Amino acid sequence: MTAHVVNLVVSGVFHASILFLVSAGLQVVFGVQKIFNLACGSFYALGAYVGVSAVAWYAEAGGPPALFILPLAIAGVAAGALGVVVERGLLRFVYDRDETFQLLLTFAVVLMMEDAIRMTWGTSPRSTAGLYLTYGGVHVLGTTVPVYNLIVIGASLAIAVLIGWLLTHTAFGCIIRASADNREMAEALGVDMRRLYAKVFTLGTALGTLGGALVIPATAAMSEMGIELIVEAFAVVVIGGLGSMRGAFVGALIVGVLRSIAISVYPELEMLLIYLIVIAVLVLRPRGLFGGAPA
Amino acid sequence: MSGRLVLAAALSAAVLAPLVAPTYQALLMLPFMAYAVALLGLNLLFGYTGLVSFGHALFLGIGAYTGAFLTSVFKVRSMEVILVAAAALGALVAAPVGALCVRYVKIYFGMLTLAFGMVFYTFVLKFYRLTGGDEGMPFLRPALLGRSLEGLSKIDYLVGPYYYYSLAVLVLATLVMWRIVRSPFGLCLKTIRDNPTKAETLGIGVARYRWYAFVISAVYAAVGGALLGPPTGNVDPTLAYWTQSGNIVFMTLLGGFASFFGPVLGAFVFIYLQDWVMSIVPFWRLIFGAILAVIVIFAPGGLAGLLTPRPAAAPRP
Repeated sequence: MTAHVVNLVVSGVFHASILFLVSAGLQVVFGVQKIFNLACGSFYALGAYVGVSAVAWYAEAGGPPALFILPLAIAGVAAGALGVVVERGLLRFVYDRDETFQLLLTFAVVLMMEDAIRMTWGTSPRSTAGLYLTYGGVHVLGTTVPVYNLIVIGASLAIAVLIGWLLTHTAFGCIIRASADNREMAEALGVDMRRLYAKVFTLGTALGTLGGALVIPATAAMSEMGIELIVEAFAVVVIGGLGSMRGAFVGALIVGVLRSIAISVYPELEMLLIYLIVIAVLVLRPRGLFGGAPA
Repeated sequence: MSGRLVLAAALSAAVLAPLVAPTYQALLMLPFMAYAVALLGLNLLFGYTGLVSFGHALFLGIGAYTGAFLTSVFKVRSMEVILVAAAALGALVAAPVGALCVRYVKIYFGMLTLAFGMVFYTFVLKFYRLTGGDEGMPFLRPALLGRSLEGLSKIDYLVGPYYYYSLAVLVLATLVMWRIVRSPFGLCLKTIRDNPTKAETLGIGVARYRWYAFVISAVYAAVGGALLGPPTGNVDPTLAYWTQSGNIVFMTLLGGFASFFGPVLGAFVFIYLQDWVMSIVPFWRLIFGAILAVIVIFAPGGLAGLLTPRPAAAPRP
């Protein structure tokens, strides 16, 4: 029984760690640019595929298997460079438009990236054979937990702390919070919005691609993984509150763990339960658990 | 006046298509007409009321699954019964869903509709004993106007009676929607879109009118969804997935949400262009994504906005 519970919690928290990274990317972009970026899921898928390729290349070059997480993480972060292309190439044209058009433009990116991934990596699922168990497992209360899961959970926690520190203790974070709060005033005080938007969007993208890269040893990369994850990340940010980092953290834990419990108790309920919670939150408390006033 | 000429020409072309066009092209008209009905409804919400639903595939799904259940489980084969049932169920679901959704606007409205859409999608996907899961359900050939038509081959049925039946439904739906948007009710919706505060001071019950628009658009989407079933003979959950909701908003924008016939044009171009692109390369999403990006950035008025000589005074939704 305890073994079962430990398994549930670990797999739930592992999923939550990945969800947190992608949702954090969604939140930072929404907070500053007020754009709900549907393409976050596609960046996650891109990160996964780039991660698979990087690890395959690393293995071919004869790198020690124990260090595979390094090229994986580096590739994940590097894939975030696509963010600056999408922001400068597309999004900057619609900042003064209605948010419907902004949303639809990110939907256009979703469509394009799904096929761009199929063109580059093919349609069959790709995985990193065997690397998942490189680090072995540890015995906890009568069950074996893969160490890799614990590493990802730790990395995600570290990133959460890092983002918190970045937002509250650095000049860049101060500018981000000021611009999220009052764009005109920040601009009047000399913040270069063009550069800030490019930086923030790239940061958001890199969080998504890193999430995709880190998940990949545990699962296979599929071209639909992006459009599936974005609706989960959507649930996370709605439950947590749009634009709030603390919200992304708590929301990811709620969604990750609940989903894992639902799958084992009553599989039919899986995501249905999550969306019912989303609706309840939107109806009863539209700003979510940690969000500001609703727009 | 020239508008009427274009309309008459388009209608005659639609009537003659099964007789002169290749069968394959005529068959493509069927999903076009089904989507056109759904989009007329969606645009009452999007173009006329200024609310963008990202979960309207929910109602397409309700219409399609209503037909599948009636024909394959309850052995009801009359298309008239299916359409009325789809409309009624669409309205029944839309009444509470809409009542919750119209309390919000903009992004929050979009998110709430998306969440409801995903509830329906996960329901039909997971409760496979009831709905067939991702395999879907068969939508058996419906009888039209009380005539069973089982003797015809599938192609003869689809490009023959079913084609004209769909066309009749589309024409009827268009006439009704035309009356709706030209009525004082339609004028109220436009006022709400342009200035909700002013509408409120003029005595228009803003939330109530938005709710009416929501329910009407859901009925249209459900009827369109029911029409989508017979051509493929099968209904599956992808019809209700969130990307499908995105695609129908895309069609509306492609044609032009600021014009009455824009969404119909959008559905037509989307269906035929998609088919043409897919016959050349399998990656239609890449090309359609690029088209959507170009439209959003350079031509938010859509094709109708480009075709009309006046600069498209695209009202902001």
